Amino acid sequence: MTLASMARKYEPRNVPETKVVTSAMIASLAAEGYETVAAPFGHALVEQARKNDRIVGLSADLSKYTDLHIFAQAMPERFYQMGMAEQLLMSAAAGLAREGFIPFATTYAVFASRRAYDFIAMAIAEENLPVKIVCALPGLTTGYGPSHQATEDLAIFRGLPNMVLIDPCDAADVAGMVPAMIAHDGPVYARLLRGKVPDVLRRHKPDYKFELGRAQMIREGRDVLVISSGIMTMRALDAVERLAADNVDVAVLHVPTIKPLDKTTILAEAAKGGRLVVTAENHTECGGLGEAVARELMLAGVHVPFRMIALPDEFLEAGALPTLHDMYGLSVDRVAAQIKSWL
Amino acid sequence: MNVQARATARPNMSLAMRAWNIRRKALLMGEVQGQGYIGQALGVADLLATSYFHAMDYRAEDPEWEGRDRFYLSIGHYAIALYAALMEAGIIPENELETYGMDDSRMPMSGMASYTPGMEITGGSLGHGLGIAVGAALGLKRKDNPAFIYNLMSDGELGEGSTWEAVMSAVQWKLDNLICLVDFNNQQADGPSRDALAVGAQAPKWEAFGWHAQEVDGNDLDALVAAFDAARNLTDPRPRVIIANTTMCKGVPFLEAREITHFVRVEADEWAKALAVLEEGKPQ
Repeated sequence: MTLASMARKYEPRNVPETKVVTSAMIASLAAEGYETVAAPFGHALVEQARKNDRIVGLSADLSKYTDLHIFAQAMPERFYQMGMAEQLLMSAAAGLAREGFIPFATTYAVFASRRAYDFIAMAIAEENLPVKIVCALPGLTTGYGPSHQATEDLAIFRGLPNMVLIDPCDAADVAGMVPAMIAHDGPVYARLLRGKVPDVLRRHKPDYKFELGRAQMIREGRDVLVISSGIMTMRALDAVERLAADNVDVAVLHVPTIKPLDKTTILAEAAKGGRLVVTAENHTECGGLGEAVARELMLAGVHVPFRMIALPDEFLEAGALPTLHDMYGLSVDRVAAQIKSWL
Repeated sequence: MNVQARATARPNMSLAMRAWNIRRKALLMGEVQGQGYIGQALGVADLLATSYFHAMDYRAEDPEWEGRDRFYLSIGHYAIALYAALMEAGIIPENELETYGMDDSRMPMSGMASYTPGMEITGGSLGHGLGIAVGAALGLKRKDNPAFIYNLMSDGELGEGSTWEAVMSAVQWKLDNLICLVDFNNQQADGPSRDALAVGAQAPKWEAFGWHAQEVDGNDLDALVAAFDAARNLTDPRPRVIIANTTMCKGVPFLEAREITHFVRVEADEWAKALAVLEEGKPQ
């Protein structure tokens, strides 16, 4: 008996004319022309660790894929390889924090949010311990399919008291969030961009600096206010140029901290009125930035035209990342087209 | 039984007396609420007495003294037993006994780190303690702190995969400052643990993973003292486990004889009866 959900696997495929290669590399997400920075997380962590001997690093067999290997190579005596055991990774990080250390625990976002949740909730968050969970492959940043696509990680962690959530856009955010995470005396979950990470925000706003809990206007605009986090801020900034050609003037408010949300800035910008408000996130439409912003607008009585760009409430397909971004509405073309269609 | 305890207060009191006091305080707390995991508390009292009055170093007046041996209660629902031990050790004042489980009490029904002096971790979601203990043992080594971490877990927690992740890691990191105590009363929520996932001899399993393992009668104080001494004095760079086979409701024969379940039901009039029976068995 073939389940309806399995039927497609019995349909033979033809070899396509144009071959698109699958890539999990974040650099492939960047548009042409952006500079990249190599392993900004690993280097920022080493820099901080040189100043603060409470910092230790742990990984569950994914140090190379979370840029923590940079730290492990620089400070091998402060790195703990915990093996392929995410529940232990989080528990042991809690134990180290309990003894006065500031552990950075890295894995993929799917494993932290799905597999190790109870351990993060009870051993770390409930006791408000300063464990910093840094996770690669957030949202749709790999073509490997649902096993590696953390499309609901922020929804899962938004419900967790004490947890601070960061969704960085680029190399400036990734490097800047490290000292901010250390300065915050409590647990943090940060999505990670690794490898060659594009340097986006400083090109649009040369004095840009990540600040925990603060949303920042990257670009002003009259017709549309995009409120975005993570790589979707990069997409929005690229889409702005195409929309400008159609005389659509788009403002971009970057919200790298998902929790606590910078309500003040979001409400102040949305309440200016006269603009379509569009949230954009690399995350399922359920329980992420879009719903969080909608809630604040409703509670504050700010009634504006509102749309969301987000991943659908589905298990996503495997394939080449650019194809998937087009398919699910995260590509620059699709962001621009969606915004235009709503005007 | 005439093993002497090493605690600072009333140092000449026998371990048997300490264990008896722990049982009595647990029964008194059970009476306050008319419920509680009293079967487990009575069963584990000897293990706690040996921990707090023979093996561990701590300062009752400074529960977070950096040099203390850490005691992790992975099994949060055993809190009633640990509160009794902490009161006996002078870490929680005895006059708070009657607040057990009440609003604003420092002694909630399940153990939590933020409520109770001497409660090191928030247990209760089972299979957490040993993993946290691995991290804390690594942390102590980083600080060159010679203290031990004791993790008290139940046989039911042997079914949690996270327990075995921690078992492997403790060997990988040669955690000779970690002593795991398994209260094996063969009783979990739905029935005997041996009918669930704890089938087979435990000590050989832990040994196969690389632990120093001892299996003892967990209600025999002499055997417990010998096992704790062996675990503490071992020079091998290995983590240590003491699998303590205990009897639920130990010390109150009419409850021992009752058909044992995970949550032993005690009728309202039976608390006084249990205390009276315990009184008859008071050590000399």
